[in-house]
Amino acid sequence: MQAPPRWLRGLLLAPGLLALAVTFLLPLVWLGRISVLPRSGDGVTLPGFTLQAYQHVLGDSFYWWVLWKTVWLGLLTACLAVPMAFPIALFLARSTTRWRGVLAALAIAPLLTSTVIRTYGWMVILGRHGMINDMLLWSGMLAMPVRLDNGTLATVIALTEILMPYAIISILSNLGRLDTEIEQAAALLGATPVQVFRRVILPLVLPGLMTAALLVFVLAVSSLVTPQLMGGGRVFVLATEIFNETTLTLNWQVAGALSILLLLLFGGVISVYQRILQRMEERF
Amino acid sequence: MNRALGLLCWRGLIIALYAFLLAPLVVVLVVSFDTRPYLRFPPEHLSLGSYAAVLHNTAFLHAGLLSLLVGAAAAGVSLAVGTGAALALGRKVFPGRSVIQALLFSPMVVPHIVLAVGLMMTLQPLGLLDTLSGLIIAHVGITMPYVVRIVLSGLKGLDPACEEAARLHGATPWQTFWRVTVPALRATLVAAGLIAFLFSFDEAVIVLFIAGHRATTLPLAIYHYIQFRTDPQVAALSVLVVLASMIPVVVIERGIDIRRALAG
Repeated sequence: MQAPPRWLRGLLLAPGLLALAVTFLLPLVWLGRISVLPRSGDGVTLPGFTLQAYQHVLGDSFYWWVLWKTVWLGLLTACLAVPMAFPIALFLARSTTRWRGVLAALAIAPLLTSTVIRTYGWMVILGRHGMINDMLLWSGMLAMPVRLDNGTLATVIALTEILMPYAIISILSNLGRLDTEIEQAAALLGATPVQVFRRVILPLVLPGLMTAALLVFVLAVSSLVTPQLMGGGRVFVLATEIFNETTLTLNWQVAGALSILLLLLFGGVISVYQRILQRMEERF
Repeated sequence: MNRALGLLCWRGLIIALYAFLLAPLVVVLVVSFDTRPYLRFPPEHLSLGSYAAVLHNTAFLHAGLLSLLVGAAAAGVSLAVGTGAALALGRKVFPGRSVIQALLFSPMVVPHIVLAVGLMMTLQPLGLLDTLSGLIIAHVGITMPYVVRIVLSGLKGLDPACEEAARLHGATPWQTFWRVTVPALRATLVAAGLIAFLFSFDEAVIVLFIAGHRATTLPLAIYHYIQFRTDPQVAALSVLVVLASMIPVVVIERGIDIRRALAG
C-alpha cells in the first residue's frame, strides 16, 4: 500500500483512537479517579480527594497476605507450565511426522476454547465424584472421597493446563533461532547430549522460556474464573478480592485501589523481567 | 539401545503432556454422553439426551444468540476501525507513529480484570450495565488491538509493487485500494475478524462484571450454571461451543499462521 496522505492518515486513525479512548483509556482513568474519591460511612461516594482506600488496603495485613498468595500462585503456575510446555514446543519445532499440523493444532486449540469450559473439565476430573477420586477409591487407596476440587492445588493444576498453550506458542516462536546445525556441530566436536542441552540449547532458548514464564505469570495473576470456580471461595487472590469488592461488598474505592495495585504489580514484574533479559543478552 | 530407550522416554513424555493438556476437553466430551443427572466418570450408558436438553434450554439458547450477536458486532466494529488504523500506521514512518502504535496495542498488556472494573465503573453511570451496547463497547476494546496487529503484519507481507503497477495503469487511489489492496489482504482480514469474534465469544471475565441477568453471554450462562450444578447438560453445551469455535479456527489456519497472529 502506498503511504496515505496526511489528511487521510488522520481520518483513518481517528475512529481507532476514539474507540481506544472510549473502551480503554476512559475506563482506566475513571477507575483511578473512583479509587481516590472519599466514601461516607454508609457507602455513598462523595466528591473530593482522599487516599483512604489505599491506606485501608496497605494497612490491612489481610490484603498483604492476598497479594503474597497471588504472586505465589502466579510463580507456581509459571514454574509448572513452562517446563511442561517446553518439550511440546521442542517436539513441534523438530518433528517431521505428517501429523505435525494436527498435533500443533491440538496444542493450540485449547487456547481458543473458553476458560470456563476448561475449568469445568477440571471440576469433573478433580471433583468429589470425579475421575481421580473414583480411581483412588477403586484401588483401595482411599476409604472416603476427598475434596480435590476446592482449593489452591486444584486452582494451580487447572491454571497450569489452561495457560500451557500460551507458553507453547511463546516458546515456539522463539525456537526459530535454534538451528539444528549448531547442535550437530557441538555433537561432532565431542559434546555429550547433556552437554549439548546445557551449553548450547539452553542458553539459546532461555530468553524464550523467560518470555513464556512472564506471560503465564501475568495471565495467572489476573485470572478470575479459575480461582473463583476451582477455589470454591477458599482461594483468595487479588482478582477474586476485586470481584468480591465490586459485586458483593460494593466498595468501589477499595476495588479501584486493588486494581491499581494489580496494575503496579504487573508493571513491576514486567520491568524486572526486561532488566533480567537485558543482563542475559549481555552475558551470552 | 540407549538411543532407542531415550526416544521411547521422549515419546512417552510428549504423550503424557498431551494427555494432560487435552484432559479437560476429553472428559467434557465423554461426560456429555452420560445419562445420569449428576457427574460421574466414566459414564455407564451413553446417550444424546444431554444434547437434546441443551437444545430445549431457552436460557442457553438466548445466551448463545446474544454471544453470536455481541461477537459479530464487536468483530465488525473492531475490523472496520482497526483496519483503518493499521492502514494509517502501515507503510510510512511519521512522527508519533510508534507512540500511537504502542497506545493501540496497550489493552493487550492490561489485565482483563482491571479493565473489567474500569468498564463497570464507566458503564454504570451511563446506564449501560447489563445491556447489549455495553457488552459491544467492552468487547471492541479487547478485540481491536488484535485486529490492528494482525492487519499490520498482513500489510508487511504485501508487495508495494502491485499497487504501484495499478497506479501506473491509471487506477485512482480509491480503485487501487478496493481492487488491489483489499483482495490481497482478504485472508488477513477474514482471520482478523474471526479472531476478534472468537475472543469476544470466549470472553468470561469482563462479562462477569458488566453483564447480569438480562444480557447474559454464553460463557456467563455456563459460569452461572456450573456454580450450582455440574450435570451433563453443561458438558453437552460445552462440546457444542468447542465444535462451533473450531470452524473459525480451521478457516483462519488456511488463511494465515494462527500462531504468529496470536504470539506476535
